[in-house]
Amino acid sequence: MAGKVVTITSGKGGVGKTTTTANLGTALAVQGLKVAVVDADIGLRNLDVVLGLENRIVYDLVDVVEGRARLRQALIKDKRYPELCLLPAAQTRDKHAVNADQMAELCRQLAQDFDFVLIDSPAGIEQGFRNAIAGANQVLIVTNPEVSAVRDADRIIGLVEAAELGAPRLIVNRVKPTMIKQGNMMSVQDVLDILAIGLIGVVPEDELVTISTNRGEAVVFDNYSRAGLAFHNIARRLLGQNVPFLPLEEPAKLSWFARLFGLGESKR
Amino acid sequence: MGLLSGLFSKRETPKPVTSSGVAKERLQLALVYDRVKISPEVLETIKEEIVEVISKHFDIDRQGMEITLGERNDRLEVNIPVRRSKVYNQNS
Ligand SMILES: Nc1ncnc2c1ncn2[C@@H]1O[C@H](COP(=O)(O)OP(=O)(O)OP(=O)(O)O)[C@@H](O)[C@H]1O
Ligand SMILES: [Mg+2]
Repeated sequence: MAGKVVTITSGKGGVGKTTTTANLGTALAVQGLKVAVVDADIGLRNLDVVLGLENRIVYDLVDVVEGRARLRQALIKDKRYPELCLLPAAQTRDKHAVNADQMAELCRQLAQDFDFVLIDSPAGIEQGFRNAIAGANQVLIVTNPEVSAVRDADRIIGLVEAAELGAPRLIVNRVKPTMIKQGNMMSVQDVLDILAIGLIGVVPEDELVTISTNRGEAVVFDNYSRAGLAFHNIARRLLGQNVPFLPLEEPAKLSWFARLFGLGESKR
Repeated sequence: MGLLSGLFSKRETPKPVTSSGVAKERLQLALVYDRVKISPEVLETIKEEIVEVISKHFDIDRQGMEITLGERNDRLEVNIPVRRSKVYNQNS
């Protein structure tokens, strides 16, 4: 049976697409699935450094599409989970090096060998975005609780619905519970009121994301990271499990929940 | 609450005090334009024209009038409270 192609996109840049792709991919691999993560941000390669695999790149996505390398040669195995593979973007080309049909074909091939194919989309609504959703079975939209990110997410939702890729689901990233309480950040419910799509994850702002990324490690390996736990939960929801949304602002309860679901935290 | 109602009931609803409330209200207004591609000015004109036509036949409650964008953004819904029916007489 063919695997599932899931594209992570956002409209606005810098909201956390690459962080989400890397951590969701890793969390799915931890669950025992075969996962390919694809960097579709051609010219602005990033997923490799977030996963700490930048020194192993030989061939890239454009090499595969243009026939200079076979798919298997270009895939890079993760350091800890060999069932997790990265297909890196080309760094010296641009988004026009690949078209939507080629991307769709690439996704189809990857889906034959992997349970999940996660596509890290570039920002924007142009060719790069079009390519990134070309082979998708499902689209996840990442946003932050701020005006321009939500506005761009609304735009993307319209485009995804028009492309008949099914109902996209939302990840609200970089949520700051203290600011929400003070009335200085829109709550997840505010964002949902506006966008009116299904929620798949809420990821808190977490300094451990920066620290993990500095090291080229996924934050899902950090048992103390609330963001890491949130990514584990999104992975399980992607697998169809019914995982309750964590109460973001109550750390005491978090470890109780976390233990209940066997997701680290018990070390605290 | 529909997206457009914020526009037309602006005077009655109190301004949000928190910055998150302001953000939400600004977004709701910005998205009206993004989604249906008409500006607040045009919407105001539409409202006035509807009022003009309907009020020839009915005594309507202008304050209570609401135009909203349907759930799936595919229809405009107009809600006009009527005070009492008024027989239109062209000669009066
Ligand atoms: N939950 C979080 N807490 C703290 N920092 C975060 C969080 N999510 C993302 N970041 C940081 O935000 C920055 C942007 O993240 P990322 O590169 O994943 O965004 P992107 O959407 O892929 O950007 P681009 O549009 O440029 O591709 C990074 O420095 C990342 O470490
Ligand atoms: Mg990125």
